[in-house]
Amino acid sequence: MNPQPRMVEVRKNILKQNDVIAAALRERFRTQGILAVSLVSSPGSGKTAFLEETLKLLRPHYRVAALVGDLATENDAARLARSGAPVKQITTGTLCHLEASMIQKALDGWDVGKLDFLFIENVGNLVCPSSYDLGEDLRLVLLSVTEGEDKPLKYPTIFNSADVAVITKIDLAAAVEFDEFTANRNIQAVRPGMEILKVSAKTGEGMPEYLGFLKRRQLGPQVGQRTASAV
Amino acid sequence: MHELSIAMSIVEMAVEEAALRGNVKIQAVHLRLGPLSGVVKEALLSSYEMACETTPLEGSRLLIEEVPVEIFCPTCQTARPAQSIQWFSCVECGTATCDILHGKELEVFALELAE
Repeated sequence: MNPQPRMVEVRKNILKQNDVIAAALRERFRTQGILAVSLVSSPGSGKTAFLEETLKLLRPHYRVAALVGDLATENDAARLARSGAPVKQITTGTLCHLEASMIQKALDGWDVGKLDFLFIENVGNLVCPSSYDLGEDLRLVLLSVTEGEDKPLKYPTIFNSADVAVITKIDLAAAVEFDEFTANRNIQAVRPGMEILKVSAKTGEGMPEYLGFLKRRQLGPQVGQRTASAV
Repeated sequence: MHELSIAMSIVEMAVEEAALRGNVKIQAVHLRLGPLSGVVKEALLSSYEMACETTPLEGSRLLIEEVPVEIFCPTCQTARPAQSIQWFSCVECGTATCDILHGKELEVFALELAE
């Protein structure tokens, strides 16, 4: 006699555990008045240079710190520490993305209550980080002018999971014949209404506008308004 | 490639559910998967087999129901499919919107038990 299969309904979100931790982190950041900003991009888009410059420019006026994820090496943390801001490296081993529990663990014993801004640099990867909410209030996706204007169409999910697109290495735009119109159009196709900022960490172009944007968000009612990226 | 860790979470969850029901044998796990979940179906299927090894779920199947991207169109004032995952606008009137109703799913919605 063949056993008759019986269906039972369950409805379980597979990333619920991550989302629960992320929601707790978001609540903690919100009550402590911290703007948590994460950065995602492909490897080599200039995340670390951009973040180093951000920390350097904000530090005289704000209390800032950074967490940086990489598979191996602590090179990025060492680079970011040159800004004088407290920096912690999260070495993920073979894991290709950060998860909320890693942020929680990295913050253990850190008095983040005294911060205005906490930056989280994700592992350079345009695929996997899109699945994981880290409790951040603002997710920036970086796109360097050297990468090609069609990156948003190739990786729509990560662009869709982010709040703001930052076009980096803008000083090289002319040399690589960067087509800004097409890049903007592609970003707007995958994430209608997305704010786009253009910066060069090297020349400083666009950095005042970007910092102005961050400062407004730090004070604004939007803090804590980002909802879980996963269902 | 984070599908293996996701497959392991699925197996872990299913084992718990089986235990709650008196360690019943699970024949299949039914999953809803949206293209905005960031999870690749094929990679998840092959990871699932690996994740099941030496667990009570060994030999079970993962059945994936793909969920298309659906948006709430502010012009039509109703739920509509999006043009594509690369083009978030209403298939009917073309209004661009980021009000996403479906497409981020990564959830187990049913288990098939042997009885």
